[in-house]
Amino acid sequence: MSKYGEKNIKAYGNNFTTMTPGPFARWMRTCLIWQFLRFIAINIKMIVVVGKSH
Amino acid sequence: MARLVVLGGGVAGHTAATFAAKWLGSEHEVVVVTPNAKWNWIPSNIWVGVGEMSKEDVTFDLAPVYQKAGINYKQAKAVSINPEGKEGSDKPFVTVEFTGQGKVGETEEVQYDYLINATGPKLNFAATPGLGDANGLGEFTVSVCTADHAVHANEEFQKTIEKMKKGERQKFLIGTGHGMCTCQGAAFEYIFNIEHELRKAGVRDMADLQWISNESFLGDFGVGGLHMKAMGFAVSSRIFAESLFAERNVEWTIGAHVNKVEKGKAHYELLDGSMGEHEFDFAMLIPPFAGVGIKAYDKAGEDITATVFAPNGFMKVDANYAAGAYENWKASDWPRTYQNPTYKNMFAAGIAFAPPHGISKPMSSPNGTPINPTPPRTGMPSGIIGKAVAHSVCDLMTKGESAHLHEASMAEMGAACVASAGKGIFTGTAAAMTIYPVVPDFEKYPGTGRDTDYTFGEIGLAGHWIKHILHHLFIYKAKLNPGWTLIPE
Repeated sequence: MSKYGEKNIKAYGNNFTTMTPGPFARWMRTCLIWQFLRFIAINIKMIVVVGKSH
Repeated sequence: MARLVVLGGGVAGHTAATFAAKWLGSEHEVVVVTPNAKWNWIPSNIWVGVGEMSKEDVTFDLAPVYQKAGINYKQAKAVSINPEGKEGSDKPFVTVEFTGQGKVGETEEVQYDYLINATGPKLNFAATPGLGDANGLGEFTVSVCTADHAVHANEEFQKTIEKMKKGERQKFLIGTGHGMCTCQGAAFEYIFNIEHELRKAGVRDMADLQWISNESFLGDFGVGGLHMKAMGFAVSSRIFAESLFAERNVEWTIGAHVNKVEKGKAHYELLDGSMGEHEFDFAMLIPPFAGVGIKAYDKAGEDITATVFAPNGFMKVDANYAAGAYENWKASDWPRTYQNPTYKNMFAAGIAFAPPHGISKPMSSPNGTPINPTPPRTGMPSGIIGKAVAHSVCDLMTKGESAHLHEASMAEMGAACVASAGKGIFTGTAAAMTIYPVVPDFEKYPGTGRDTDYTFGEIGLAGHWIKHILHHLFIYKAKLNPGWTLIPE
Protein backbone atom coordinates (compact mmCIF):
# COMPACT_ATOMS: atom_id res chain seq x y z
CA MET A 1 0.00 0.00 0.00
CA SER A 2 2.81 2.38 0.77
CA LYS A 3 3.70 4.90 -1.92
CA TYR A 4 0.88 3.40 -3.98
CA GLY A 5 -0.02 6.59 -5.79
CA GLU A 6 3.35 8.31 -5.73
CA LYS A 7 5.06 5.70 -7.87
CA ASN A 8 2.74 6.55 -10.75
CA ILE A 9 3.84 10.17 -10.95
CA LYS A 10 6.00 10.86 -13.97
CA ALA A 11 8.68 13.46 -13.29
CA TYR A 12 7.61 16.62 -15.12
CA GLY A 13 4.87 14.69 -16.89
CA ASN A 14 1.26 15.90 -16.93
CA ASN A 15 0.51 14.32 -13.53
CA PHE A 16 3.59 15.76 -11.80
CA THR A 17 1.74 18.66 -10.15
CA THR A 18 -1.21 16.79 -8.71
CA MET A 19 -1.71 15.36 -5.24
CA THR A 20 -1.86 11.68 -4.42
CA PRO A 21 -3.35 10.05 -1.34
CA GLY A 22 -1.15 8.38 1.21
CA PRO A 23 -1.89 5.01 2.83
CA PHE A 24 -4.05 6.49 5.60
CA ALA A 25 -6.22 8.50 3.23
CA ARG A 26 -6.71 5.42 1.06
CA TRP A 27 -7.51 3.21 4.05
CA MET A 28 -10.12 5.67 5.24
CA ARG A 29 -11.91 5.40 1.89
CA THR A 30 -12.96 1.85 2.65
CA CYS A 31 -12.89 1.96 6.48
CA LEU A 32 -16.39 0.72 7.35
CA ILE A 33 -16.89 2.84 10.47
CA TRP A 34 -15.66 6.05 8.87
CA GLN A 35 -17.53 5.39 5.63
CA PHE A 36 -20.75 4.71 7.53
CA LEU A 37 -20.41 8.14 9.13
CA ARG A 38 -19.61 9.67 5.74
CA PHE A 39 -22.64 7.87 4.27
CA ILE A 40 -24.86 9.70 6.73
CA ALA A 41 -23.09 13.03 6.20
CA ILE A 42 -23.17 12.80 2.39
CA ASN A 43 -26.83 11.84 2.40
CA ILE A 44 -27.70 14.84 4.53
CA LYS A 45 -25.73 17.13 2.22
CA MET A 46 -27.40 15.65 -0.84
CA ILE A 47 -30.87 15.93 0.66
CA VAL A 48 -30.23 19.61 1.38
CA VAL A 49 -29.16 20.24 -2.25
CA VAL A 50 -32.06 18.18 -3.59
CA GLY A 51 -34.41 20.17 -1.36
CA LYS A 52 -33.02 23.46 -2.68
CA SER A 53 -33.52 22.26 -6.26
CA HIS A 54 -37.20 21.31 -6.20
CA MET B 1 -60.98 15.49 -22.33
CA ALA B 2 -57.63 16.87 -23.46
CA ARG B 3 -54.64 14.83 -24.56
CA LEU B 4 -51.00 15.21 -23.54
CA VAL B 5 -48.50 13.44 -25.76
CA VAL B 6 -45.04 12.80 -24.34
CA LEU B 7 -42.31 11.93 -26.82
CA GLY B 8 -39.69 9.76 -25.13
CA GLY B 9 -39.66 7.44 -22.14
CA GLY B 10 -36.30 8.19 -20.57
CA VAL B 11 -35.68 10.00 -17.29
CA ALA B 12 -37.37 13.26 -18.37
CA GLY B 13 -40.18 11.72 -20.43
CA HIS B 14 -41.01 8.96 -17.97
CA THR B 15 -41.02 11.41 -15.07
CA ALA B 16 -43.23 13.86 -16.96
CA ALA B 17 -45.67 11.21 -18.19
CA THR B 18 -46.09 9.38 -14.91
CA PHE B 19 -46.60 12.53 -12.84
CA ALA B 20 -48.98 13.94 -15.43
CA ALA B 21 -51.00 10.72 -15.42
CA LYS B 22 -51.18 10.83 -11.63
CA TRP B 23 -52.17 14.50 -11.45
CA LEU B 24 -54.64 14.42 -14.36
CA GLY B 25 -56.38 11.18 -13.39
CA SER B 26 -58.89 9.78 -15.83
CA GLU B 27 -60.25 13.18 -16.86
CA HIS B 28 -57.51 13.64 -19.44
CA GLU B 29 -55.41 11.33 -21.56
CA VAL B 30 -51.63 10.87 -21.42
CA VAL B 31 -49.92 9.21 -24.38
CA VAL B 32 -46.26 8.17 -24.36
CA VAL B 33 -44.50 7.62 -27.66
CA THR B 34 -41.15 5.90 -27.26
CA PRO B 35 -39.35 3.52 -29.61
CA ASN B 36 -38.11 1.41 -26.72
CA ALA B 37 -39.93 -1.51 -25.13
CA LYS B 38 -37.82 -1.25 -21.99
CA TRP B 39 -36.92 1.49 -19.55
CA ASN B 40 -33.19 1.70 -18.86
CA TRP B 41 -31.51 3.11 -15.75
CA ILE B 42 -28.62 4.42 -17.82
CA PRO B 43 -26.26 5.35 -14.92
CA SER B 44 -25.85 1.65 -14.14
CA ASN B 45 -24.91 0.73 -17.71
CA ILE B 46 -21.28 1.17 -16.75
CA TRP B 47 -21.65 -1.81 -14.40
CA VAL B 48 -23.19 -3.85 -17.22
CA GLY B 49 -20.19 -2.85 -19.33
CA VAL B 50 -17.80 -4.56 -16.90
CA GLY B 51 -19.96 -7.59 -16.18
CA GLU B 52 -21.04 -6.55 -12.68
CA MET B 53 -24.69 -6.28 -13.68
CA SER B 54 -26.84 -7.83 -16.39
CA LYS B 55 -29.08 -6.07 -18.87
CA GLU B 56 -32.06 -7.34 -16.88
CA ASP B 57 -30.72 -5.60 -13.77
CA VAL B 58 -30.89 -2.17 -15.41
CA THR B 59 -34.03 -2.46 -17.54
CA PHE B 60 -37.70 -3.36 -17.20
CA ASP B 61 -40.67 -3.60 -19.55
CA LEU B 62 -42.54 -0.33 -19.97
CA ALA B 63 -45.90 -1.73 -21.10
CA PRO B 64 -47.13 -3.08 -17.73
CA VAL B 65 -46.01 0.07 -15.92
CA TYR B 66 -47.87 2.35 -18.33
CA GLN B 67 -50.90 0.08 -18.17
CA LYS B 68 -50.88 0.42 -14.38
CA ALA B 69 -50.59 4.21 -14.69
CA GLY B 70 -53.41 4.45 -17.25
CA ILE B 71 -51.00 5.81 -19.86
CA ASN B 72 -51.62 5.09 -23.54
CA TYR B 73 -48.27 3.63 -24.63
CA LYS B 74 -47.19 3.59 -28.24
CA GLN B 75 -43.92 1.85 -29.00
CA ALA B 76 -43.00 4.13 -31.84
CA LYS B 77 -40.65 6.92 -32.80
CA ALA B 78 -41.81 10.43 -33.60
CA VAL B 79 -41.09 11.38 -37.19
CA SER B 80 -42.64 14.82 -37.51
CA ILE B 81 -44.73 17.41 -35.71
CA ASN B 82 -47.53 19.44 -37.28
CA PRO B 83 -48.19 22.05 -34.57
CA GLU B 84 -50.82 23.82 -36.70
CA GLY B 85 -52.59 20.68 -37.86
CA LYS B 86 -53.14 20.17 -41.56
CA GLU B 87 -55.51 21.15 -44.29
CA GLY B 88 -59.03 20.64 -43.04
CA SER B 89 -58.07 20.38 -39.36
CA ASP B 90 -56.55 22.76 -36.84
CA LYS B 91 -55.74 19.93 -34.47
CA PRO B 92 -51.97 19.60 -33.97
CA PHE B 93 -50.54 16.13 -34.36
CA VAL B 94 -47.38 14.07 -34.29
CA THR B 95 -46.66 11.49 -36.95
CA VAL B 96 -45.16 8.39 -35.38
CA GLU B 97 -43.67 5.24 -36.86
CA PHE B 98 -44.13 2.07 -34.84
CA THR B 99 -41.13 0.01 -33.76
CA GLY B 100 -43.09 -2.68 -31.94
CA GLN B 101 -46.50 -3.80 -30.70
CA GLY B 102 -46.91 -5.85 -33.89
CA LYS B 103 -47.07 -2.73 -36.05
CA VAL B 104 -43.41 -2.23 -37.01
CA GLY B 105 -43.10 0.30 -39.81
CA GLU B 106 -46.72 1.45 -39.65
CA THR B 107 -47.31 5.17 -39.22
CA GLU B 108 -50.04 6.97 -37.29
CA GLU B 109 -51.03 10.58 -36.73
CA VAL B 110 -51.37 11.14 -32.97
CA GLN B 111 -53.30 14.32 -32.21
CA TYR B 112 -52.44 16.32 -29.13
CA ASP B 113 -53.53 19.31 -27.10
CA TYR B 114 -50.18 19.55 -25.35
CA LEU B 115 -46.84 18.05 -26.31
CA ILE B 116 -43.75 17.35 -24.23
CA ASN B 117 -40.69 16.55 -26.29
CA ALA B 118 -38.38 14.41 -24.17
CA THR B 119 -36.83 12.28 -26.87
CA GLY B 120 -33.33 12.39 -25.47
CA PRO B 121 -30.40 12.38 -27.87
CA LYS B 122 -29.52 10.68 -31.08
CA LEU B 123 -26.19 8.97 -30.47
CA ASN B 124 -24.38 10.62 -33.35
CA PHE B 125 -21.69 8.00 -34.02
CA ALA B 126 -21.57 9.14 -37.65
CA ALA B 127 -20.00 12.45 -36.61
CA THR B 128 -16.61 10.71 -36.31
CA PRO B 129 -15.54 8.50 -39.22
CA GLY B 130 -14.97 4.99 -37.95
CA LEU B 131 -16.85 5.49 -34.68
CA GLY B 132 -20.01 4.32 -36.37
CA ASP B 133 -22.56 5.41 -38.93
CA ALA B 134 -26.14 6.59 -39.08
CA ASN B 135 -27.24 3.12 -37.99
CA GLY B 136 -25.23 3.31 -34.79
CA LEU B 137 -22.07 1.97 -33.23
CA GLY B 138 -19.20 0.90 -35.49
CA GLU B 139 -17.04 -2.19 -35.38
CA PHE B 140 -13.86 -0.73 -33.88
CA THR B 141 -15.08 0.62 -30.55
CA VAL B 142 -17.64 -0.20 -27.87
CA SER B 143 -20.15 1.99 -26.05
CA VAL B 144 -22.06 1.98 -22.76
CA CYS B 145 -24.73 4.41 -23.92
CA THR B 146 -27.45 1.75 -24.06
CA ALA B 147 -27.91 -1.50 -22.15
CA ASP B 148 -27.32 -3.52 -25.32
CA HIS B 149 -24.16 -1.55 -26.06
CA ALA B 150 -22.97 -2.20 -22.51
CA VAL B 151 -23.58 -5.95 -22.86
CA HIS B 152 -21.45 -5.91 -26.01
CA ALA B 153 -18.81 -3.80 -24.26
CA ASN B 154 -18.53 -6.36 -21.48
CA GLU B 155 -18.18 -9.23 -23.98
CA GLU B 156 -15.24 -7.44 -25.57
CA PHE B 157 -13.83 -6.49 -22.16
CA GLN B 158 -13.85 -10.11 -20.98
CA LYS B 159 -11.91 -11.09 -24.12
CA THR B 160 -9.17 -8.63 -23.19
CA ILE B 161 -8.95 -10.12 -19.70
CA GLU B 162 -8.48 -13.57 -21.20
CA LYS B 163 -5.74 -12.24 -23.46
CA MET B 164 -3.94 -10.63 -20.52
CA LYS B 165 -4.16 -13.84 -18.55
CA LYS B 166 -2.35 -15.48 -21.45
CA GLY B 167 0.37 -12.84 -21.24
CA GLU B 168 -0.78 -10.49 -23.97
CA ARG B 169 -0.53 -6.83 -22.96
CA GLN B 170 -3.65 -4.75 -23.72
CA LYS B 171 -4.18 -1.04 -24.22
CA PHE B 172 -7.48 0.56 -23.24
CA LEU B 173 -8.62 3.87 -24.69
CA ILE B 174 -11.65 5.41 -23.02
CA GLY B 175 -13.24 8.84 -23.22
CA THR B 176 -15.04 10.98 -25.76
CA GLY B 177 -15.13 10.26 -29.48
CA HIS B 178 -15.57 13.80 -30.77
CA GLY B 179 -14.66 17.39 -29.90
CA MET B 180 -18.27 18.30 -29.10
CA CYS B 181 -19.23 15.47 -26.78
CA THR B 182 -20.99 15.60 -23.46
CA CYS B 183 -21.30 12.83 -20.82
CA GLN B 184 -17.63 12.78 -19.83
CA GLY B 185 -18.83 11.49 -16.48
CA ALA B 186 -19.99 8.18 -17.94
CA ALA B 187 -16.61 7.62 -19.57
CA PHE B 188 -14.91 8.67 -16.32
CA GLU B 189 -16.90 6.04 -14.45
CA TYR B 190 -16.20 3.42 -17.06
CA ILE B 191 -12.42 3.81 -17.13
CA PHE B 192 -12.18 3.53 -13.35
CA ASN B 193 -14.54 0.56 -13.23
CA ILE B 194 -12.38 -1.08 -15.91
CA GLU B 195 -9.31 -0.36 -13.77
CA HIS B 196 -11.04 -1.77 -10.69
CA GLU B 197 -12.08 -4.95 -12.51
CA LEU B 198 -8.59 -5.44 -13.93
CA ARG B 199 -7.18 -5.31 -10.42
CA LYS B 200 -9.78 -7.81 -9.23
CA ALA B 201 -8.86 -10.11 -12.13
CA GLY B 202 -5.17 -9.83 -11.23
CA VAL B 203 -4.15 -8.44 -14.61
CA ARG B 204 -3.79 -4.72 -13.89
CA ASP B 205 -0.05 -4.83 -14.56
CA MET B 206 -0.75 -6.14 -18.05
CA ALA B 207 -2.95 -3.17 -19.00
CA ASP B 208 -2.22 0.36 -20.15
CA LEU B 209 -5.11 2.73 -19.53
CA GLN B 210 -5.42 5.89 -21.62
CA TRP B 211 -8.04 8.59 -21.16
CA ILE B 212 -8.95 10.93 -24.01
CA SER B 213 -11.49 13.71 -23.79
CA ASN B 214 -12.54 17.06 -25.18
CA GLU B 215 -12.32 18.72 -21.76
CA SER B 216 -9.74 21.51 -21.57
CA PHE B 217 -8.88 20.25 -18.09
CA LEU B 218 -9.56 17.05 -16.21
CA GLY B 219 -12.64 17.36 -14.04
CA ASP B 220 -14.47 19.78 -16.35
CA PHE B 221 -17.31 17.25 -16.83
CA GLY B 222 -19.11 19.61 -19.19
CA VAL B 223 -19.98 22.01 -16.39
CA GLY B 224 -16.77 23.98 -16.49
CA GLY B 225 -15.49 22.07 -13.49
CA LEU B 226 -16.47 22.91 -9.94
CA HIS B 227 -14.83 24.06 -6.76
CA MET B 228 -15.37 21.95 -3.69
CA LYS B 229 -14.59 22.66 -0.07
CA ALA B 230 -11.83 20.41 1.22
CA MET B 231 -9.29 20.80 4.01
CA GLY B 232 -10.33 24.43 4.41
CA PHE B 233 -9.76 25.24 0.76
CA ALA B 234 -12.09 25.69 -2.18
CA VAL B 235 -10.41 23.13 -4.43
CA SER B 236 -10.94 22.72 -8.17
CA SER B 237 -12.35 19.42 -9.42
CA ARG B 238 -9.26 19.39 -11.61
CA ILE B 239 -7.07 18.62 -8.60
CA PHE B 240 -9.30 15.76 -7.47
CA ALA B 241 -9.62 14.30 -10.96
CA GLU B 242 -5.89 14.48 -11.67
CA SER B 243 -5.22 12.91 -8.28
CA LEU B 244 -7.41 9.91 -9.06
CA PHE B 245 -5.90 9.48 -12.52
CA ALA B 246 -2.39 9.57 -11.04
CA GLU B 247 -3.29 7.22 -8.21
CA ARG B 248 -4.85 4.65 -10.54
CA ASN B 249 -2.05 5.08 -13.10
CA VAL B 250 -4.26 6.28 -15.94
CA GLU B 251 -2.62 8.45 -18.59
CA TRP B 252 -4.65 11.31 -20.01
CA THR B 253 -4.98 13.30 -23.20
CA ILE B 254 -7.31 16.28 -22.93
CA GLY B 255 -8.51 19.03 -25.24
CA ALA B 256 -8.81 16.35 -27.91
CA HIS B 257 -11.15 16.05 -30.85
CA VAL B 258 -11.13 12.45 -32.08
CA ASN B 259 -11.50 12.92 -35.82
CA LYS B 260 -11.10 9.39 -37.11
CA VAL B 261 -11.15 5.86 -35.75
CA GLU B 262 -9.63 2.86 -37.46
CA LYS B 263 -9.14 -0.69 -36.34
CA GLY B 264 -6.91 -0.38 -33.29
CA LYS B 265 -6.15 3.31 -33.76
CA ALA B 266 -7.81 6.64 -32.96
CA HIS B 267 -6.66 9.87 -34.59
CA TYR B 268 -7.14 13.18 -32.79
CA GLU B 269 -6.52 16.90 -32.97
CA LEU B 270 -5.59 18.88 -29.87
CA LEU B 271 -6.49 22.40 -28.82
CA ASP B 272 -3.00 23.55 -29.81
CA GLY B 273 -3.68 22.37 -33.37
CA SER B 274 -1.33 19.41 -33.24
CA MET B 275 -2.40 15.98 -34.42
CA GLY B 276 -1.81 12.65 -32.75
CA GLU B 277 -2.99 9.10 -32.54
CA HIS B 278 -3.54 6.48 -29.86
CA GLU B 279 -3.40 2.79 -30.56
CA PHE B 280 -5.78 0.55 -28.64
CA ASP B 281 -6.91 -3.01 -28.17
CA PHE B 282 -10.15 -1.92 -26.51
CA ALA B 283 -11.82 1.46 -26.91
CA MET B 284 -14.99 2.94 -25.43
CA LEU B 285 -15.55 6.37 -26.91
CA ILE B 286 -18.75 8.30 -26.15
CA PRO B 287 -20.34 9.74 -29.32
CA PRO B 288 -21.60 13.32 -29.55
CA PHE B 289 -25.31 13.90 -29.09
CA ALA B 290 -27.73 15.45 -31.57
CA GLY B 291 -31.48 15.88 -31.71
CA VAL B 292 -33.33 12.82 -32.93
CA GLY B 293 -34.18 14.52 -36.22
CA ILE B 294 -37.89 15.22 -35.88
CA LYS B 295 -39.22 17.44 -38.67
CA ALA B 296 -41.87 20.13 -38.24
CA TYR B 297 -44.45 21.29 -40.77
CA ASP B 298 -46.98 24.10 -40.79
CA LYS B 299 -50.61 23.84 -41.80
CA ALA B 300 -49.73 24.16 -45.48
CA GLY B 301 -47.15 21.42 -45.22
CA GLU B 302 -44.16 23.77 -45.43
CA ASP B 303 -41.06 22.73 -43.52
CA ILE B 304 -40.75 24.82 -40.31
CA THR B 305 -38.14 22.61 -38.64
CA ALA B 306 -35.77 25.57 -38.31
CA THR B 307 -38.47 27.50 -36.44
CA VAL B 308 -39.16 24.77 -33.91
CA PHE B 309 -35.73 23.21 -33.57
CA ALA B 310 -32.19 24.57 -33.23
CA PRO B 311 -29.66 23.54 -35.91
CA ASN B 312 -28.44 20.70 -33.66
CA GLY B 313 -31.92 19.18 -33.70
CA PHE B 314 -32.89 20.07 -30.15
CA MET B 315 -36.18 21.90 -29.52
CA LYS B 316 -36.12 25.64 -28.93
CA VAL B 317 -37.50 26.73 -25.59
CA ASP B 318 -37.55 29.94 -23.53
CA ALA B 319 -33.76 30.31 -23.54
CA ASN B 320 -31.73 33.26 -24.75
CA TYR B 321 -30.19 31.92 -27.95
CA ALA B 322 -28.71 35.29 -28.85
CA ALA B 323 -26.17 35.56 -26.03
CA GLY B 324 -23.28 35.37 -28.48
CA ALA B 325 -19.70 35.30 -27.21
CA TYR B 326 -18.68 33.68 -23.93
CA GLU B 327 -18.14 37.09 -22.33
CA ASN B 328 -21.87 37.77 -22.72
CA TRP B 329 -23.08 34.51 -21.21
CA LYS B 330 -25.33 34.83 -18.19
CA ALA B 331 -27.12 32.43 -15.92
CA SER B 332 -30.36 34.07 -17.01
CA ASP B 333 -29.79 32.78 -20.57
CA TRP B 334 -30.94 29.37 -19.38
CA PRO B 335 -34.58 28.41 -19.83
CA ARG B 336 -37.02 28.44 -16.95
CA THR B 337 -40.29 26.98 -18.27
CA TYR B 338 -39.09 24.98 -21.31
CA GLN B 339 -42.03 26.24 -23.35
CA ASN B 340 -41.52 26.54 -27.10
CA PRO B 341 -41.62 30.27 -27.94
CA THR B 342 -43.63 29.77 -31.15
CA TYR B 343 -46.11 27.09 -30.16
CA LYS B 344 -47.11 27.56 -26.54
CA ASN B 345 -48.60 24.07 -26.18
CA MET B 346 -45.21 22.47 -26.83
CA PHE B 347 -42.52 21.94 -24.21
CA ALA B 348 -39.17 20.16 -24.18
CA ALA B 349 -37.46 18.42 -21.26
CA GLY B 350 -34.15 16.72 -20.57
CA ILE B 351 -31.61 16.43 -23.35
CA ALA B 352 -34.27 17.29 -25.94
CA PHE B 353 -34.31 21.03 -25.13
CA ALA B 354 -31.84 23.22 -26.96
CA PRO B 355 -29.46 24.83 -24.46
CA PRO B 356 -28.65 28.50 -25.07
CA HIS B 357 -24.94 27.74 -25.19
CA GLY B 358 -22.36 25.64 -23.42
CA ILE B 359 -21.48 25.70 -19.75
CA SER B 360 -17.77 25.04 -20.25
CA LYS B 361 -15.85 27.85 -21.89
CA PRO B 362 -15.91 27.42 -25.70
CA MET B 363 -12.54 26.69 -27.25
CA SER B 364 -11.21 25.78 -30.65
CA SER B 365 -7.92 24.76 -32.17
CA PRO B 366 -5.94 27.12 -34.43
CA ASN B 367 -7.41 25.07 -37.28
CA GLY B 368 -10.86 26.27 -36.28
CA THR B 369 -12.00 22.94 -34.85
CA PRO B 370 -14.29 23.50 -31.85
CA ILE B 371 -13.14 21.36 -28.94
CA ASN B 372 -15.17 21.77 -25.78
CA PRO B 373 -17.75 19.79 -23.86
CA THR B 374 -21.39 20.49 -24.64
CA PRO B 375 -23.70 20.97 -21.65
CA PRO B 376 -25.10 17.93 -19.85
CA ARG B 377 -28.87 17.83 -19.26
CA THR B 378 -29.06 14.35 -17.82
CA GLY B 379 -29.78 12.77 -14.46
CA MET B 380 -31.28 14.83 -11.68
CA PRO B 381 -31.79 18.05 -13.71
CA SER B 382 -33.52 15.99 -16.38
CA GLY B 383 -35.95 14.54 -13.86
CA ILE B 384 -36.63 17.89 -12.18
CA ILE B 385 -37.26 19.56 -15.53
CA GLY B 386 -39.57 16.71 -16.60
CA LYS B 387 -41.60 17.08 -13.41
CA ALA B 388 -41.79 20.89 -13.67
CA VAL B 389 -42.92 20.72 -17.29
CA ALA B 390 -45.54 18.09 -16.42
CA HIS B 391 -46.76 20.37 -13.62
CA SER B 392 -47.09 23.29 -16.04
CA VAL B 393 -48.97 21.24 -18.63
CA CYS B 394 -51.32 19.79 -16.03
CA ASP B 395 -52.12 23.29 -14.77
CA LEU B 396 -52.73 24.50 -18.32
CA MET B 397 -55.06 21.56 -18.92
CA THR B 398 -56.99 21.89 -15.68
CA LYS B 399 -56.88 25.64 -14.92
CA GLY B 400 -56.80 27.12 -18.40
CA GLU B 401 -54.26 28.83 -20.63
CA SER B 402 -53.55 31.59 -18.12
CA ALA B 403 -52.19 29.13 -15.56
CA HIS B 404 -48.81 29.92 -14.04
CA LEU B 405 -45.96 27.93 -15.55
CA HIS B 406 -43.60 26.12 -13.21
CA GLU B 407 -39.91 26.94 -13.41
CA ALA B 408 -36.78 24.84 -13.16
CA SER B 409 -33.75 26.75 -14.37
CA MET B 410 -30.49 24.82 -14.39
CA ALA B 411 -28.88 28.05 -13.22
CA GLU B 412 -30.92 27.88 -10.03
CA MET B 413 -31.01 24.15 -9.33
CA GLY B 414 -28.36 21.92 -7.89
CA ALA B 415 -27.56 18.34 -8.72
CA ALA B 416 -26.33 15.36 -6.79
CA CYS B 417 -24.02 13.12 -8.77
CA VAL B 418 -22.33 9.89 -7.85
CA ALA B 419 -19.56 8.70 -10.16
CA SER B 420 -18.55 5.10 -9.60
CA ALA B 421 -14.85 4.27 -9.48
CA GLY B 422 -15.33 0.55 -8.90
CA LYS B 423 -18.10 -1.76 -7.68
CA GLY B 424 -17.96 -3.82 -4.50
CA ILE B 425 -19.93 -3.81 -1.26
CA PHE B 426 -16.72 -3.47 0.79
CA THR B 427 -14.13 -2.61 -1.87
CA GLY B 428 -16.06 -0.26 -4.14
CA THR B 429 -15.53 3.48 -4.31
CA ALA B 430 -17.37 6.35 -5.91
CA ALA B 431 -17.02 10.10 -6.05
CA ALA B 432 -20.11 11.57 -4.42
CA MET B 433 -20.66 15.15 -5.48
CA THR B 434 -23.19 17.91 -5.26
CA ILE B 435 -23.08 21.01 -7.39
CA TYR B 436 -25.09 24.17 -6.81
CA PRO B 437 -26.13 25.55 -9.17
CA VAL B 438 -25.50 23.32 -12.18
CA VAL B 439 -24.93 26.32 -14.44
CA PRO B 440 -22.48 28.67 -12.74
CA ASP B 441 -23.78 32.11 -11.87
CA PHE B 442 -20.76 34.37 -11.72
CA GLU B 443 -22.87 37.41 -10.82
CA LYS B 444 -24.39 35.75 -7.77
CA TYR B 445 -21.29 33.75 -6.80
CA PRO B 446 -18.27 35.74 -8.02
CA GLY B 447 -15.16 33.69 -8.64
CA THR B 448 -16.23 30.08 -8.67
CA GLY B 449 -19.76 30.69 -9.98
CA ARG B 450 -21.20 28.36 -7.39
CA ASP B 451 -22.16 28.28 -3.73
CA THR B 452 -19.35 26.30 -2.12
CA ASP B 453 -21.54 25.69 0.95
CA TYR B 454 -23.58 23.35 -1.25
CA THR B 455 -20.92 22.18 -3.71
CA PHE B 456 -18.79 19.36 -2.38
CA GLY B 457 -17.29 16.03 -3.33
CA GLU B 458 -15.42 13.12 -1.85
CA ILE B 459 -14.44 9.64 -2.89
CA GLY B 460 -15.04 6.55 -0.84
CA LEU B 461 -17.06 3.44 -0.14
CA ALA B 462 -20.00 5.55 1.11
CA GLY B 463 -20.36 7.00 -2.38
CA HIS B 464 -20.54 3.49 -3.80
CA TRP B 465 -23.25 2.51 -1.33
CA ILE B 466 -25.22 5.62 -2.32
CA LYS B 467 -24.90 4.84 -6.04
CA HIS B 468 -26.02 1.27 -5.46
CA ILE B 469 -28.97 2.37 -3.34
CA LEU B 470 -29.93 4.99 -5.94
CA HIS B 471 -29.89 2.26 -8.60
CA HIS B 472 -32.58 0.31 -6.74
CA LEU B 473 -34.44 3.42 -5.58
CA PHE B 474 -34.86 4.94 -9.03
CA ILE B 475 -35.87 1.66 -10.65
CA TYR B 476 -38.40 1.21 -7.83
CA LYS B 477 -39.67 4.74 -8.49
CA ALA B 478 -39.79 4.28 -12.28
CA LYS B 479 -41.85 1.11 -11.83
CA LEU B 480 -44.38 3.24 -9.91
CA ASN B 481 -44.23 0.99 -6.89
CA PRO B 482 -45.99 2.13 -3.68
CA GLY B 483 -44.69 5.47 -2.45
CA TRP B 484 -42.90 6.28 -5.72
CA THR B 485 -43.83 9.94 -5.57
CA LEU B 486 -41.98 10.32 -2.26
CA ILE B 487 -38.64 9.59 -3.94
CA PRO B 488 -37.21 12.85 -5.27
CA GLU B 489 -35.90 13.13 -8.80
